[in-house]
Amino acid sequence: MNGIVLKYNQKNINTDLIIPARYLTNSDSQHLASHCMEDLDRNFKQKKEELNATIIVADSNFGCGSSREQAPIALKTAGVKCIIAPSYARIFYRNAINIGLPIIEFQDISMINTGDELEINFNEGNLKNITNASEFKINKMPKFLQEIISIGGLVNYAKKKILEK
Amino acid sequence: MGLTITEKILRDHSDNKNAVAGDIVLAKIDKCLGNDITAPISINVFEEIIKGTNKGVFDKDKIILTPDHFTPNKDVASAIQSKMLKDFAYKYNLSNYFEMGRVGIEHCLIPQERLVLPGEVFIGADSHTCTYGALGAFSTGVGSTDLGVAMVLGKCWFKIPESIKFIYSGTLNKWVSGKDLILYTIGKIGVDGATYNAMEFTGEVIEHLSMASRFTMCNMAIEAGGKNGIVAPDKITKDYLKDINESNYRIYSSDRDAQYDNIIEFNCSEIEPQVALPHLPENAKPISEVHNMQIEIDQVVIGSCTNGRLEDLEVAARIIGRNKINPRIRCIIIPGTQEIYLEALKKGYVELFIKSGAVVSTPTCGPCLGGHMGILAPNEKALSTTNRNFLGRMGHIESEIYLASPAIAAASAIKGYITSPDY
Repeated sequence: MNGIVLKYNQKNINTDLIIPARYLTNSDSQHLASHCMEDLDRNFKQKKEELNATIIVADSNFGCGSSREQAPIALKTAGVKCIIAPSYARIFYRNAINIGLPIIEFQDISMINTGDELEINFNEGNLKNITNASEFKINKMPKFLQEIISIGGLVNYAKKKILEK
Repeated sequence: MGLTITEKILRDHSDNKNAVAGDIVLAKIDKCLGNDITAPISINVFEEIIKGTNKGVFDKDKIILTPDHFTPNKDVASAIQSKMLKDFAYKYNLSNYFEMGRVGIEHCLIPQERLVLPGEVFIGADSHTCTYGALGAFSTGVGSTDLGVAMVLGKCWFKIPESIKFIYSGTLNKWVSGKDLILYTIGKIGVDGATYNAMEFTGEVIEHLSMASRFTMCNMAIEAGGKNGIVAPDKITKDYLKDINESNYRIYSSDRDAQYDNIIEFNCSEIEPQVALPHLPENAKPISEVHNMQIEIDQVVIGSCTNGRLEDLEVAARIIGRNKINPRIRCIIIPGTQEIYLEALKKGYVELFIKSGAVVSTPTCGPCLGGHMGILAPNEKALSTTNRNFLGRMGHIESEIYLASPAIAAASAIKGYITSPDY
């Protein structure tokens, strides 16, 4: 996939910042997307649209805090196609995989800036920064998780499991 | 090679009987849990999976639904979400749906109702599900899709975590509780210090620690990024479960030669009551230092899945005594369950709290996540016995949350600034 980056150089971006609890009385994904990242950056939506950004880059421990799946759902519905950070809180990580949102653990985020265009090849484990002409290896996900992502998330995995029985 | 308690429990619940830390397994779950925020999505996931098949829930006795976050329903939107849980519970004849009046804060309620036992694998679509590790279960928070899938398959995928062993030695200082130990620990290792890891709590201090304090410590494992917190069952665990025949559960413990990612020892004689300053639980400071900062507060919350147990209310009652809550402070006390509420009433704590000028609420997560029952205005400060002090969590984005134990919270509610009962 190819995409433009919107970067937040901040550690511990928690799920309360991604989607505050006051909006969780309604789990409609469009409603959640309209408040995505609101408490982190009031201008998130505007910046994302101006840049046509689809990749979020952030510092370590992204998605810490609550188990709310509304956080990756809000990001995905807001048009985010991939997240890149040095590390993630584990529930956010599994939620992203379960809903089929690609998520990459990548240490060298200093090599990526807002506005950069990236080309990511998940199968080959390559990340190319087209804007500054740099290229990196990214860790491949364990096979089981690749399988979940490739069939579009855990729901499809479960459907398949039921049919197998 | 020896195994940790966490590896043993997960291995015994999975198809791969040779699995060790680092392996991904599909494990059988003994129980699963959802609440009024997370279960609505799980219910939609569940219905989508079974659509067009003859499948139903994997086991009507192993799915627990607790509407506890925005309840009693704070508005129409939250009422609609709670109704989804109720309708689902009756549609599938679930035996563990807890209606208002019987529900409590899930992580206080579930051990009380004996819905989790030592040696079990428990998942909950709530990050603080790690609480039940205090009973020697493998218990962890997952997302709504995980829960929805588990309600069909009775299984969940896990990467078996590496463990960090924490050894608490020495003796506890006055007013130091499980809350102080866990805040101190998070202060030392950071909010991502145990990411993906099991946090195994051991040592002579833990061996003498009450169940309430053990629940508090395991509850906040997630605040260090931990997958689960766990304490090996012992006499204190068995005494807590004295109404349950031991043949109904299995006691696991780590082998002497188990492999740990790290072993960290703390001398508890050096640990004072702790206060975590805004906006992360890792900003833990000793009370002597925070007292000198003379931080005036507007609200005190005593309760939550972290500190809403009878022992917590007892400490608060002992400190408040015949004192009055400071006139400029709103003090909100929330018993974790109806049973705790009733016990507190019988012991005279509720009357004491009300006479002191505090509010006593029905069990709810309420203010902890900024849901309702105590929202902060701009520039207000709260001292809370809850688990997260993230920016804006209890209300306005320009408000502040300080985390501490019930003892520190009660003393501060009287004085009007953050202090210890001893000052």
